[in-house]
Amino acid sequence: MTEFVTDLFANPWVSLGGKVLLVALIVPLTAMVLGFAELKLSAKMQFRVGPYFAGGRWGWAQLIADGVKFFQKEDIIPADADRPVFKSAPILVLSGTVALLVVIPFGPGLIFQDLSVGIFYALAISSISTIGVLMAGWSSANKYSLMGGLRAAGQLIAYELPLVLAVVGSVIMAGTMSMSGIVEAQIEAGYPFVILQFVGFGIFMIAALAELTRIPFDMPIAESELVMGFLTEYSGFRFLFFFLAEYATMFTMSAIAATLFLGGYWLPFIPESTLEFVGPIILISKVFLLVFVMIWFRWTFPRFREDQLQTLAWKVLIPLALLNIAITATFKVVL
Amino acid sequence: MVTDSDLVRHLGEASVSVELETEDMTLNIGPQHPSTHGVLRLVARVDGERAFDVKPVIGYMHRGYEKLSEVRTYPQITALINRIDWVSGYANEIPFVVAAEKLLGVEVPERAQYIRLILTEMARIASHFMFMASYPQELGALTPIMFSLRERERVLDLIEGVTGGRFHPNFNRIGGVKPNAGSGPTTKKTPQDLPAGFLAETRDAMDRVLVACDDLEDLVAGNEIVLARTKGIGILPPEVAAAYGVSGPNLRASGVNFDLRKAESYLPYDKFDFDVIVGETGDCWDRWWVRLQEMRESVKIVQQAVDGIPPSGPLQAKVPKVIKVPKGETYVRAENPKGEMGYYLVSDGGMGPYRLKIRSASFSNISILPWILEGVLMPDIIAIMGSLDFVLGDVDR
Repeated sequence: MTEFVTDLFANPWVSLGGKVLLVALIVPLTAMVLGFAELKLSAKMQFRVGPYFAGGRWGWAQLIADGVKFFQKEDIIPADADRPVFKSAPILVLSGTVALLVVIPFGPGLIFQDLSVGIFYALAISSISTIGVLMAGWSSANKYSLMGGLRAAGQLIAYELPLVLAVVGSVIMAGTMSMSGIVEAQIEAGYPFVILQFVGFGIFMIAALAELTRIPFDMPIAESELVMGFLTEYSGFRFLFFFLAEYATMFTMSAIAATLFLGGYWLPFIPESTLEFVGPIILISKVFLLVFVMIWFRWTFPRFREDQLQTLAWKVLIPLALLNIAITATFKVVL
Repeated sequence: MVTDSDLVRHLGEASVSVELETEDMTLNIGPQHPSTHGVLRLVARVDGERAFDVKPVIGYMHRGYEKLSEVRTYPQITALINRIDWVSGYANEIPFVVAAEKLLGVEVPERAQYIRLILTEMARIASHFMFMASYPQELGALTPIMFSLRERERVLDLIEGVTGGRFHPNFNRIGGVKPNAGSGPTTKKTPQDLPAGFLAETRDAMDRVLVACDDLEDLVAGNEIVLARTKGIGILPPEVAAAYGVSGPNLRASGVNFDLRKAESYLPYDKFDFDVIVGETGDCWDRWWVRLQEMRESVKIVQQAVDGIPPSGPLQAKVPKVIKVPKGETYVRAENPKGEMGYYLVSDGGMGPYRLKIRSASFSNISILPWILEGVLMPDIIAIMGSLDFVLGDVDR
């Protein structure tokens, strides 16, 4: 029996199909878990109860009910919209997120595709969703959507550089761009890189928040200013795509941060032989920790102004990140 | 004829268009927009994110109260006018009944005066809580609204306990207040004016308001992003504010020490010890800060009034069963939470006014919008508009 299973998965097509199925399951699942966590945590922070009735207890089925609701909604496309672009934008946004999942190591060998330039690939592919956002804003034939899309594009330029530069420190320390290689380097070193790369970690998290367009960097959506920004004209299933993409990106960006800076699937004092089984659990716990911080930010901070984000990115984050790289590189050569 | 200034402007435009051909876009903000406090509509010419020639379009909430008042009797009008600024419904009634009493020559009993004063200040606290809730929301912070509205509910509960209405109390009568707020039939010989335990509960609630003010100060004022979004944004110089007739906290935030509670005597404010809060620069931050401090001052007034209220006494002056106001005209203005609210009452001796002109605070306050929103960024439009704290019912009447 086991032989049959091993043989089956040795078949590249079956293996590929399995991987695709797994990724397709992870995205809605994480969106549901994190969405529910957001509802409940925000309720706690605001002295509310949050979802309560759906599913009988604690409202655990709230997100499932929400998902079903989105399926039932009418799919509205504005009359003046650029239909093909309008329709493909959500798919592009979601596919960028799904593609990110490919290079995240959940354990030793537990990785969909261990690319030798894993982190480079991740950073490149994560920008694709911004193109989707720009497409959504442009094609909606709505002035607010357009402004939201343009803000997203402006934001992309501002935070993408700090995001890339923040990663370089870890890459220098590990000596590799492969995601699993970076984790292995941390295991070898015996400490997570955040201890020396705390500056890089901070910059990465700030830039990741900007990439996610979450408060305090939610200017492209900015409900009180741009109604819903690029999301204004979307409804039903297409809106659900954006929703899934947001939470799934939260998961993947946190997972990348955890991998690069917090030791990924590894924890000190846990025997390496068990990592194949506990690795995913460790990684997901770290991801949840980071996601908690993101949710905490969202319900605490107001929104920046677009020009303030640019100032922050160009005048604070980029010089800091460059300094971080210089110091890290110097120590790498000297030590 | 082409004047020099036309030529200069034309040349300026030409040089811009040589650099980069950009087309301005007309943006319609509202009347259906999350941050226009109801149905205000702004038409702006935007160049990227920068807005020019902002024109407010009002009238979507016009309910014709001035005209309606002409076909209502005096006691009926209080039910209309507390719907003008619905966030502080109680405070709207005061200047009107005071105007009618002034023409009638009626002296209102002291206990009724105190009850009016306590409820007016509570309405101010409730209104400012609403501002404390909505303003951070407009800046993008989602939590202060919950803190603020929860505390506001305590104050509204107290107002409801006395008057029977949270928003539209309709509690004032010409010559005093409704004889038996709380309970019991109107024909009862010894009317019960305040519900049992009201004074103790008010003291308690005021202490909690102070705690809430501290919380809000920690939550909002302690936040760097709020400071970055509000300091130096939407500066309103005192002379411009005065020229446009801006009043209330918006005027005081610009550094003008003018408070009708000190200047006029529509309620016995002279017996109480409180400060007029004045801002420094007149930016959005000052407008927020002035309102927060005003809540603390209102708490001070309510506490003193609760301590000093006469334990018993009549609630109504002797007024005829059918109220006919003698011929004459008067203007009574009051310091409402949103600013100066005035009623110009013209009576021809009938059962209702011949003409009632309502000077509402928000109407004058938003007349500043085209001036203050010239050339600001789109996010700042929302920040400035929110900081002016207007209510559309108060704008359109």
